[in-house]
Amino acid sequence: MAMKPHRKKRLLIILGSVFGVAAIVGLVLYASEQQMNLFYTPTEMASGIAPTDRVLRIGGLVKEGSVKRSESTLLTTFIVTDLAEDVTVTYDKIMPDLFREGQGVVAMGKLNDQGVFVASSVLAKHDEEYKAPEVLDALERAGHPVDKESK
Amino acid sequence: MHAEFGHYLLYLALFLSIALSVFPMLGTFTKQDVFVATAKPLTILLFFAMLASYICLAYAFLIDDFSIKYVAQHSNSLLPDRYKMSAVWGAHEGSLLLWVLILSGWMFAVAFLGTNLPKLNYARVLSVLGMIAFGFTSFLLFTSNPFERTLPFFPIDGADLNPLLQDFGLIIHPPLLYMGYVGFAVSFAFAISALIEGEWNATWARWTRPWTIAAWSSLTLGVMLGSWWAYYELGWGGWWFWDPSENASLLPWLSGTALMHSLAVTDKRDSFKGWTLALSLTTFSLSLLGTFLIRSGVLTSVHSFANDPERGRYLLIFLAIVIGASLLLFSFRASKVKTKADFSETSKDMFLLMNNILFISLTFIVFFGTLYPMIAEAFGRKLSVGAPYFNMLFPYPVAILAILVGIGPLLNWKHHDFSKLKPILLRVGIISLVISLLSVWLAGEFYGWVFVGLFLALWISLLHLYGLSKVTRNGKNWLDKVKKIKPAFLGMVIAHLGVGVMIVGIVITSYYSVEKDLRMTVGDVQEIAGYRFEMMSSQDSSKENYQGTMVTFKVFKGDEMILTMSPEKRYYLAGKQLMTEAAIDYTLFRDLYLALGESLDATGNTWSVRIYVKPFIRWIWLGAIFMGFGGLISITDKRYKNLKAKGLKDRDLKLELKPNKINETA
Repeated sequence: MAMKPHRKKRLLIILGSVFGVAAIVGLVLYASEQQMNLFYTPTEMASGIAPTDRVLRIGGLVKEGSVKRSESTLLTTFIVTDLAEDVTVTYDKIMPDLFREGQGVVAMGKLNDQGVFVASSVLAKHDEEYKAPEVLDALERAGHPVDKESK
Repeated sequence: MHAEFGHYLLYLALFLSIALSVFPMLGTFTKQDVFVATAKPLTILLFFAMLASYICLAYAFLIDDFSIKYVAQHSNSLLPDRYKMSAVWGAHEGSLLLWVLILSGWMFAVAFLGTNLPKLNYARVLSVLGMIAFGFTSFLLFTSNPFERTLPFFPIDGADLNPLLQDFGLIIHPPLLYMGYVGFAVSFAFAISALIEGEWNATWARWTRPWTIAAWSSLTLGVMLGSWWAYYELGWGGWWFWDPSENASLLPWLSGTALMHSLAVTDKRDSFKGWTLALSLTTFSLSLLGTFLIRSGVLTSVHSFANDPERGRYLLIFLAIVIGASLLLFSFRASKVKTKADFSETSKDMFLLMNNILFISLTFIVFFGTLYPMIAEAFGRKLSVGAPYFNMLFPYPVAILAILVGIGPLLNWKHHDFSKLKPILLRVGIISLVISLLSVWLAGEFYGWVFVGLFLALWISLLHLYGLSKVTRNGKNWLDKVKKIKPAFLGMVIAHLGVGVMIVGIVITSYYSVEKDLRMTVGDVQEIAGYRFEMMSSQDSSKENYQGTMVTFKVFKGDEMILTMSPEKRYYLAGKQLMTEAAIDYTLFRDLYLALGESLDATGNTWSVRIYVKPFIRWIWLGAIFMGFGGLISITDKRYKNLKAKGLKDRDLKLELKPNKINETA
């Protein structure tokens, strides 16, 4: 039985929308899977479970006495720790204002084959009193919870 | 005294909002004139109570009343008066007070400008707005009271306003943004009112349109100011970071843009009705979601002033009620909406439909990218979705939109014979292609997206100029020609040209900017993008409230010194905050951006320095300004005035209210 033209048009619109929605949802899921940055604590990263082929985040404290700066460039090397394990991080751009030894830090970048984390961005937040939730979480998971009242 | 008075006025406003939520709405059901007639006086009283309360708080800031906790925490006796005034909305409590003040201001405007609405509709709209006012006023009073005292031991001086916020951009960014957020409450109220009534027609859309465009224009300018402020004040030199707090304002903007366009169809063609209603509800819900994200402490940014779970919970419940109630109402009533869809593939209707689909897709992309990390975290998975996700997904829908926006305005409603349009599209397409190819070829480096962006901008601009020329074709002389351009059309053209301007800014800045992070010592010279930067000296620039260092650079182009630039680093004593004061030299075609990182040696002569050369970045904000003002111009159009005179056939207008029953018995 032949469909009436307006029925046919409606069917086309419905099919089109379904296909369109599916395409957008698919693209969004694909892009978010490709581009999301999983978070790892230093313990997790040191244990070798973190992949080396994609952008990750790491959070913890900057180990006291670990910050080494190059004499000629902006390259800085420091250790991020959750007080259980250490991960070496390198960064060659301008450090955020609140970057300090002993303070919390969240870095984004890639882990190389030597287990060194090459950061493409380093974050220390606006407020000096503030510790990023990622940092608190990493410390807590490593068995060194920060007393939230005293922070 | 003023604190107690302001506090008392807030309670008064709360009771007024309860009365406004109940009585006029009740009156519309029982058809009692006295109740219906309370809508206007209650709204006016509510507005003045809010205004007076706000003035009380502003006064407390002005006279440095540090016995009020909020003032003590966010002001300082040394703060200049203009910053004391903007400090009123410098943190959570006060900005929420500003929010409800602006809401009541919109209500006040509806009460006066909406008098040509059908009586019952008018009462219902104000009543729904009263409910929203109740939600926010109670939130303000019970979780975020700005008038709380610090008695008996109040500080001698205040803690100071966050230095990031001591800035002109920040004086006007929040009010404009709130005007937008809250303005969508008006179209929301119109939609709810229409759903309750169960009957709507094109006039409903025509009433809502100017309000929606006004809200959208404010939001556009508000978001633009936020971007501009982040650029010069944060010292990172970027204009958009896809930060959740930015996305929170982008979400209602995207769906508001869809709403604005779908309202045009409903207004002119009496179709897309259910869809337009749904968009009205969605847009305001996204405004509320944005408020929730920013105010609840879910996000950490310069916007989240305090992490009080109480507030988050309250807002979440409020959000759930609003979304739940509107969905319920919509699902019961929407089936009654009869929409005819009699338009062809080549019609303005069709192009606006595609506009809507694409804007909703963009909304979904941002929504998912913003909320996914939070939802994942609730399931114990920590992750973030950064700029690459958005940069990967955004360009394609935007490029399709840009193609469509060139053609859409030229089409007739219902059906357009495309063969008539083909020659001009072909010509404009070829001209745009040649010019954009030539431009990227002259620029030396070829980037696909720069080419596409330039092509699209030319395409939009030329086709809109053609549209203008078509409208003015029959004008006898110059003045007569100008008179033929209606404000609604002119506003649209300007806003769409703004899209083109912004696209040019985005693609050129993104691909041709040169950004260098360097280690420099006094005497060092760096050559970047044709400019030579010479670091001259570093000196102390401390003032009474901060310790500062200023580094001076000479900038050469060729052999000629064109200017000196002096970025600064400041340490604010009161708040123990480091601030980067970037030095920016701008022209319409390029910005030079210098910012200091940190001092790398004890002498203070070696610094990490950020040197950026950013071509066309101003065009991004210029485009947004075009859009915002285009919107404002379009609402001055005559067609939004004297709606009654146009011979409305609304059932509501003829409806006589039953005489008041109380009067009858008396």
